[in-house]
Amino acid sequence: MSIILILLIILIVTALMVVFSSKLLIGAISLALTSIMITILMFKLNSPIAAVFELSICAGLITVIFITTISFVKPETQEELIESNKRRLKKYIYLPVLVALAGYLISVVIKPISLKLPEIIQETNIRNVLWDLRQVDLLGQAIVLLIGVFGIVVLFKEGQKK
Amino acid sequence: MNISNMDILKIFIPFVVMLIIIGFYYVLMTKNLIRILLGLEIITKAAILAIIVVGYVTNNMALAQSLVIIIIIIEVFVIAVAAGVIIHIYKNTGSVDVRNIRNLRG
Repeated sequence: MSIILILLIILIVTALMVVFSSKLLIGAISLALTSIMITILMFKLNSPIAAVFELSICAGLITVIFITTISFVKPETQEELIESNKRRLKKYIYLPVLVALAGYLISVVIKPISLKLPEIIQETNIRNVLWDLRQVDLLGQAIVLLIGVFGIVVLFKEGQKK
Repeated sequence: MNISNMDILKIFIPFVVMLIIIGFYYVLMTKNLIRILLGLEIITKAAILAIIVVGYVTNNMALAQSLVIIIIIIEVFVIAVAAGVIIHIYKNTGSVDVRNIRNLRG
């Protein structure tokens, strides 16, 4: 249990690192670290398949997408960086306090609740759940994938014309 | 539900809420489009963690994992399309500041 608590604290620290990072690249890498922490927590909570997805896609592919996007954008000059750092510190100085306060309040307020689900969903095999019980989700996912592909193709096609 | 599961819920839920607060605060306060995407990612991670924890507590890991897999795949496409839009905006306006996107201003 103590390991889970340490992992959760590291998770919050890495999320705060994303917020407080002066450079976008450091922010993107901190986000990958957050994903890695969630992956370890998933392994601890007996969900290895979702953990593998989280590690390979969220910590890998999404970081690559972010770094590619950052590489397209002109980096800030040293003076702009110092100025934006000052502004960022002013904006986010209360965030850690707010986060700690909210965490404490919720841990005090939270009460035992019953979370029993209907028996019909109690399937142990992920394959059966994904392909039999959640077929509509898969259909929606396929449509989203198609729209995404079309969106990316159209965006980059117009970019080439210009 | 036995006591250990309730303890896990009690430990995890405050951290999930903390992650959501960090993400929302970041999205609301920043003016940089790429940073807004980073904030959205943090919120999504909180949602994923919440689903996994509730799946563990209710002994429904298969359903929770399948939901998380679907969320992750859709998340990638949202990020990819949003990144394409951001690159386009940068090419048109020369910056990734939300205050410079004034094309639709009446």
